Amino acid sequence: MNGLAVTLELTLASIALASILAMLMAFARSYGKQPLPFFVLLYEKIFRGIPLIVIFILIYFGLAQVGILIDAFPAAIIGLALHSSAYQIQIYRSAINSIPEGQIIAARSLGMSKLKAIRYIVLPQMLRLSIPGWSNEFTVVLKDTSIAIAIGVIELMRQARYVIVRDPTSALYILLVIAMIYFIFVFTINRGLSYAEKKYHISGLELANAR
Amino acid sequence: MSMLEVKNIHKSFGSVEVLKGISFSMEKEETKVVIGTSGTGKSTLLRCINQLDPPDIGEVWLDGEELTHPSSDINRIRQKIGFVFQDFNLFSHLTALKNVSIGLEKVKKITKEQAKERAIKELRRVGLEKQINQYPAQLSGGQKQRVGIARALAMDPDLILFDEPTSALDPELIGDVLDVMKSLAGKIGMLVVTHEMGFARNVADEIIFMEGGVIVEQGPPKQMFQNPTMQRTKEFLGRIATLYGEE
Repeated sequence: MNGLAVTLELTLASIALASILAMLMAFARSYGKQPLPFFVLLYEKIFRGIPLIVIFILIYFGLAQVGILIDAFPAAIIGLALHSSAYQIQIYRSAINSIPEGQIIAARSLGMSKLKAIRYIVLPQMLRLSIPGWSNEFTVVLKDTSIAIAIGVIELMRQARYVIVRDPTSALYILLVIAMIYFIFVFTINRGLSYAEKKYHISGLELANAR
Repeated sequence: MSMLEVKNIHKSFGSVEVLKGISFSMEKEETKVVIGTSGTGKSTLLRCINQLDPPDIGEVWLDGEELTHPSSDINRIRQKIGFVFQDFNLFSHLTALKNVSIGLEKVKKITKEQAKERAIKELRRVGLEKQINQYPAQLSGGQKQRVGIARALAMDPDLILFDEPTSALDPELIGDVLDVMKSLAGKIGMLVVTHEMGFARNVADEIIFMEGGVIVEQGPPKQMFQNPTMQRTKEFLGRIATLYGEE
């Protein structure tokens, strides 16, 4: 079950990297001075526009041609992070946009710098508001790790292939087991995150929105 | 020198000049009320004073320091100027207590315990000791605004700017907020933009009447309400009286 561990490592490392990247870029896009927001937009368009498998192959085989050699595993992490962060920017940005501008003005009027206002007022609200979108993205990344098979990372799918090659008659059975494993993971993570969403919700807020 | 000096402030948004040269001054612990029709730049004036919207021309001085100077440390000076907003602008992820204490903790850098103690004191002062652990969405409009006032008070400002603090409230909730403001009169400088003529008449040391981006007339409430010298002041107060009724 080595492949299982690799799949998990791949997911966690790339989602962590992607989240940090995406948050920084979302803040840059919302609060940065030009040309920063423009570059973020460009980044978003580029990495949303290229299929993940092409990104993998570009990083692993393409960069090798110009002398930059990256191992398959880190290459997969970078590829997944670049791809996922381009999507995650939108999650954080829509969360930021839904926080009333007046709260930042109020923070500034207390003497907070722009950075402090973002850190203490925007960030905590943004994180809460992003949980539903983020948990969606988490499961997408988890499933997308299977595409790393293309550059030879020995993750869950690749290991399944090894077994199937050895005993072709077991193909259907093995693939069903693999599908089951992915499903159990995704299901558990979604449950966990929706629990977190409830736990960290802001009291009375949904009430006020419904009014 | 007065506590607050506003000198010849001009402010434009695009091609529209909202403020066309405003000058006045305020002494320590004085209450001034700014009245005038909507869209004459009263709120803009307040935002120009604490540099939320820096003026294009003109100077603002507080305690002998020029806020409009490019090298002034505005984040430090803003601690001395409270701001109470029309639509409250409370931090929705924080309890009433935290809304009041966060400025003390993160800006004034005092310890959590001291900040909490001070916040409770200010919330008690505005009559909300029972609501300290509630979130803004669980409070009524009048309670929210009182948290807003407590938040401003906790920073120990020399001056609080009130931007139409009661105009987003239901009529029956206005009284509580005005009572809190009355209790502050004479203890802290207050510059209040409002349509509450009762408050202006009873609490203000001076009334400033603005129209078309300039100060038309200013003076003590008695003189302004009984013998305004300018025809426009007379007309405005007459219109207000028919709208809201005489006190």
